[in-house]
Amino acid sequence: MEFFRIHKDIPFMRHALKFNVISLVTFVLAVVFLFTKGLHLSVEFTGGTLIETHYEQAADLEKVRDALGKAGFSDYSVQNFGSSQDVMIRLPLKAEQKTDQIGEAVMKSLAIDAPGAQLRRVEFVGPQVGKELAENGALALLLVVIGIVIYLAFRFEWRFSVSAIIANLHDVVIILGFFAFFQWEFSLSVLAAVLAVLGYSVNESVVVFDRVRETFKKVRGLSTPEVLDHAITSTISRTIITHGCTQMMVLSMLVFGGETLHYFAMALTIGILFGIYSSVLVASPLVMWLGVSREQFIAKQKKGIEGANEEGAVV
Amino acid sequence: MNRYPLWKYITIAIALVLGFVYTLPNFFGESPAVQLSSAKATIKVDDKAKSRVEEVLTAAGVTHDGIQLDLNGVKTRFRDTDTQLKAKDILEKAFNPDASDPKYVVALNLLPASPQWLTAVHALPMYLGLDLRGGVHFLLQVDMKGALTKRLDSTSADLRTLMRDKSLRHGGINREGERIVVKFREAETRDKAKIAITDNQPDLLLTELADGGDFKLVATLKPQAQQKLGEFALKQNITTLHNRINELGVAEPVIQQQGADRIVVQLPGVQDTAKAKDILGRTATLEIHMVDDTPGGLEAAQAGNPPFGTEVYNERGGLPLLVKKQVVLTGDRLTDAQPGFDNQTQEAAVHLTLDSAGARIFRDITRDNVGKRMAILLIEKGKGEVVTAPVIRTEIGGGRVQISGRMTTSEANDTALLLRAGSLAAPMEIIEERTIGPSLGAENISKGFHSTLWGFAAIALFMMMYYRIFGVVSVLALASNLLFLIAILSLLQATLTLPGIAAIALALGMAIDSNVLINERIREELRAGMPPQTAISEGYERAFGTILDSNVTTLIVGLMLLIFGSGPVRGFAVVHCLGILTSIFSSVVVSRALVNLIYGSKKKLTGLAIGQVWKHSSATANGQK
Repeated sequence: MEFFRIHKDIPFMRHALKFNVISLVTFVLAVVFLFTKGLHLSVEFTGGTLIETHYEQAADLEKVRDALGKAGFSDYSVQNFGSSQDVMIRLPLKAEQKTDQIGEAVMKSLAIDAPGAQLRRVEFVGPQVGKELAENGALALLLVVIGIVIYLAFRFEWRFSVSAIIANLHDVVIILGFFAFFQWEFSLSVLAAVLAVLGYSVNESVVVFDRVRETFKKVRGLSTPEVLDHAITSTISRTIITHGCTQMMVLSMLVFGGETLHYFAMALTIGILFGIYSSVLVASPLVMWLGVSREQFIAKQKKGIEGANEEGAVV
Repeated sequence: MNRYPLWKYITIAIALVLGFVYTLPNFFGESPAVQLSSAKATIKVDDKAKSRVEEVLTAAGVTHDGIQLDLNGVKTRFRDTDTQLKAKDILEKAFNPDASDPKYVVALNLLPASPQWLTAVHALPMYLGLDLRGGVHFLLQVDMKGALTKRLDSTSADLRTLMRDKSLRHGGINREGERIVVKFREAETRDKAKIAITDNQPDLLLTELADGGDFKLVATLKPQAQQKLGEFALKQNITTLHNRINELGVAEPVIQQQGADRIVVQLPGVQDTAKAKDILGRTATLEIHMVDDTPGGLEAAQAGNPPFGTEVYNERGGLPLLVKKQVVLTGDRLTDAQPGFDNQTQEAAVHLTLDSAGARIFRDITRDNVGKRMAILLIEKGKGEVVTAPVIRTEIGGGRVQISGRMTTSEANDTALLLRAGSLAAPMEIIEERTIGPSLGAENISKGFHSTLWGFAAIALFMMMYYRIFGVVSVLALASNLLFLIAILSLLQATLTLPGIAAIALALGMAIDSNVLINERIREELRAGMPPQTAISEGYERAFGTILDSNVTTLIVGLMLLIFGSGPVRGFAVVHCLGILTSIFSSVVVSRALVNLIYGSKKKLTGLAIGQVWKHSSATANGQK
């Protein structure tokens, strides 16, 4: 079985501008949603209390809300979580309340006005922790970006590292845009998924760039767009198959993983889909526009010291 | 060209066998057990306790599946939960005859049910995180400022005593925030005081301050001293928490330092957060009373009418002791307790350090009561126990007290620990809490397991259809990757959480990339007209550089998550990083070995079962060779 029966290199670069306009529009939309709607951050980041309860029958959310209101809570949110029997209660941080007693207080008030609730999970996060997590998350993202740029610049060329990171950061922004638009809960595990996607789609660009370098070195007489077309075409079957396989695994998580893994798998799904697109069809044109050319690879070889490895550093 | 030397095959075979052995314990599940551990620092659970457990169970006619002794205590396995519950009751009665004063913790536990030989080679199952087994997780913030002010308050008292002893007149000693301000009227007195303080309080940093007509000395704690104070406070809080949690009867609590000023407490299986919080937040106090040795007093007290102003407390050995109700000193005056030895007799001893006010009281009391006994009581939950009741030999001044006599070294250690652990060194606050019900834990396991299973099955099916024999090889390599990953995680005794399971699934989904890269390369070489054997070796060779590059970028992400992540993200990151490393080995080395085994010996190979390799009519159209 062979899915890809390609006669000639596909002229991706002829449509480079279109691809970039599409992704620019998506990117701008994502940024707009991020600014207008904002991310729906989980208690891990904002601080607060989250209580998951389970009822034997379908839960009456109104009753739960009443119970909380009577007990003197305010600004709470009550939602179904996964099924009609599971209820998720979120309470913001309040300065005047004794924060570490909220879980018990809520269960007590439920026992009176909405009986039958069974406690499944309580999460309480104080204000210090939330702030730290958000800071650490941002720092992790920044260092991942720096690490990848340095590594790619070292292994390839600065043009490659810059375009790879631009293309893939725009994936990250698009995932965040989705989370902002649908107001999906952005938790720590989603952050982990977003970072994993970043690494994963950079790895995608690396495979294409590897080919670009190889083609520049081996084949003479091709223009830069032709080289890029050739590199993308010859890796396209691997790109699709690999992503398909990873996507199968992630879909399996989305279907069987339950609520806890839901948004984690969702972030990965979006990330993988946009990852293919951007790392191949956005990163490569960027490399072209940044002015990559055959000379950059050939010149290196000429200057090289005799006997030295062509890719290794020369001291 | 596609043959591995024998040693390579043997290395891979050994790796696979080891992987299998260390993965195995995870499949045996767990058997119900009862764990007996000490509830008090003074009681040791040793071989004697083990044989007593055996005797008690045999006497009651309860059959067990083995008793083992380890760091956590004596653990006994049972066939089913009914026997386990019955045995727990029997052991509880036998070991804690006085239910109001338990000496041992008898807790239900689950032990890995893997056979003895696996345990003997340290092949243990992964430890399940709270989100998979249910329980409570607390993150406590230690209030270092509180510890600091407490220390400065006692230092101010010491300074007052010092000024009086040296007859230096001062215009007031006060703590202002995190510094102590001492006022003087003359510059001369201030200079003298400065010398005296520097000699006596090496931890203080002194600066002079002229303010109107007053001459001031401002004392702050040196940074090193502050750091030491913080470390000490944290350590003592952890010790105290250990002692308290023992009472909850948790089989395997986790109490760990996190960062400079935080403590993580994890109590698997505990659902009652209210009780757990109550116990974590409780304070124990230390009190010193005089012993009433009036003849006949104790007998009268035991008969029900104690002499006026006295109470009966039990000594550690169980002997009753008549103690005066009046409190001589409380634990607030105790600044430190360390085990050591008596200078003259070389007997084991406990050295106590009192603050200046305490030292003065202690000197007065000992001067007036030479030859009498004093009792040191630990009061917890309104119940007191006599830690020790030594005879006063001479007047003791200077705030340094030594308790010795009739003590072994380990008893001295325990007493020092008890005295120190009586109360928290610094106040604590719960800043993060997670409770996971047991049913949710079990659900999480099965969800994680099913997503991995079905994802793996889908990938396997596709790979085998698309790449035929090479697909089978890829799937076997992927399976070995899973084997290695779980084996390493078990070997490291890593804690498996739901994000960890997700990371395993994701690692598998990403690891297949390397095999796809290799297979596509081989197809490409075949398409370019290479003979099969060359195509295999070229394909592997060329794909390797790409595999390495792409995995390094993924590894960068994993490492950053490991460094900056906390809680669930860290679990994800550990598995992610390990998964990348094992995937390089299994996709490159293991799969190559399999391919070599299948094709390496065939000299006249005409084709490879790698699925259909489609060639277009003008194969050299693009100027490839």
